[in-house]
Amino acid sequence: MAEYLIFLGCVIPYRLQSYEISARRILEAFDIKLVEMPSFNCCGFPVDPINHELASLLAARNLCLAEDLEMNILTLCNGCFSSLNKTNRMLKEDRGFREKINKTLGEIGMEFKGSIEVKHLVHVLIEDVGIEEIKKAIKKPLRNIQVAQHSGCHLMRPSKYASPGGRGGMEMLKALIRATGAECLEYEDEDECCGNPIIGVNEEIPLQLAREKLEHVRAAGAQALITVCPFCHIMYDLNQSRIERKFGLRLGIPVFHYPQLLGLAMGLQPDELALNELRVKPDGLLKRIMG
Amino acid sequence: MVYSMSQKEEFKIVNRVDPAFKRAVSSMHGAEKLSLCFQCGTCTAGCPISRFNDFYNPRKIARMIQLGLKDRLLSNDALWLCTTCYTCIDNCPQGVEMAYIIRALRNITVEERKVMPAIYRQILSNILKTGYVYAIPELRIKRRIQRGLPTLPKSDSKQIAKLFDAAQVSDILEKAETFDRVD
Repeated sequence: MAEYLIFLGCVIPYRLQSYEISARRILEAFDIKLVEMPSFNCCGFPVDPINHELASLLAARNLCLAEDLEMNILTLCNGCFSSLNKTNRMLKEDRGFREKINKTLGEIGMEFKGSIEVKHLVHVLIEDVGIEEIKKAIKKPLRNIQVAQHSGCHLMRPSKYASPGGRGGMEMLKALIRATGAECLEYEDEDECCGNPIIGVNEEIPLQLAREKLEHVRAAGAQALITVCPFCHIMYDLNQSRIERKFGLRLGIPVFHYPQLLGLAMGLQPDELALNELRVKPDGLLKRIMG
Repeated sequence: MVYSMSQKEEFKIVNRVDPAFKRAVSSMHGAEKLSLCFQCGTCTAGCPISRFNDFYNPRKIARMIQLGLKDRLLSNDALWLCTTCYTCIDNCPQGVEMAYIIRALRNITVEERKVMPAIYRQILSNILKTGYVYAIPELRIKRRIQRGLPTLPKSDSKQIAKLFDAAQVSDILEKAETFDRVD
């Protein structure tokens, strides 16, 4: 079937291997072949606030490596998807920008040609595998399980690049969740930001945003929150106990990477999906799913 | 109210007008449509951050650029609060890409004032050294193999250094002052 160059980014190998492990597991099950990057540097996203030219150059170097191998890129992280996809599209569409970037890339013996595409895991599951195939692979439909989704900003916006027509990434994730048999509940401010990109300069605002999100998810009656981005996952899972302490709350909402939810529905075991690495232990929910 | 001499000096600085500033900003990639802003405030209405900080109001920031209030803008750390959720870009009826305009203001601040939040200096120097944003411990990289994961691809620090030089970031990285947090 399809073959992709996997772009892991920095956050996932640094602190969220559970996302990588579960994603590789399900992609393997659907016969999506993954090839590792021959060389790597940051996607450019965290550098953009400091210097947009450098951020574009860092993204473009990765794009050129993929072009050399004539392979499309698959990302697991929304930040990487946004940076690589946006730069790819801008370089393809804007001749002046391309000439400027190519002038510098020439100094390292590279040239952006515009021959590949960048996709996020969610796009690969929808477009290459397809909802029908996913439904066929479900061995343990997650009936009577209600969850909420948080697709994250960069899978939706700017819609010109991320999802022509508006809420593309969010609707895709909802469809993927429903394919497992689980119900995907709607809640207040579904498309609100997790706040993570500014946590390095201000902790109060992101923690407050994450608190509101988790409270809205709880108010809707969801038993878990489903994410597809390491930044968002860190805000809701890793930081959930901090939020509980800071605001004197009890939340206890498990936060799954989508491939973990799908994997369980496909009959994979919790340890194959690194579920034990979640900070908010999903024991109650697991019991219901595993029966 | 009586103001001290130093306060009066400060007022002069923050109210100084640079008529060329709006052109400098709108010449930057993504900020080209600045002059199309007609102050409807849709950007601010959808912004997740504005309600936390009086200064961080995208509509007001657009107007301040148009008016040339460069010093007042660049001396305010609140510019670092944009999360890049891009809601403002999707909502603008005029196609003004406010998040990119905020980025332009941050880029100009770093370049001209040689100052940035400390976290960015750390990120930049890690990328320069290892290609990754974090200094990933060796042990964790080795553990990947035990867990059946492929080894992590390596960076090419010579190439990365050339890109840093070309964008003139190496120089900034050396000279920039840093601050820890924005309240």
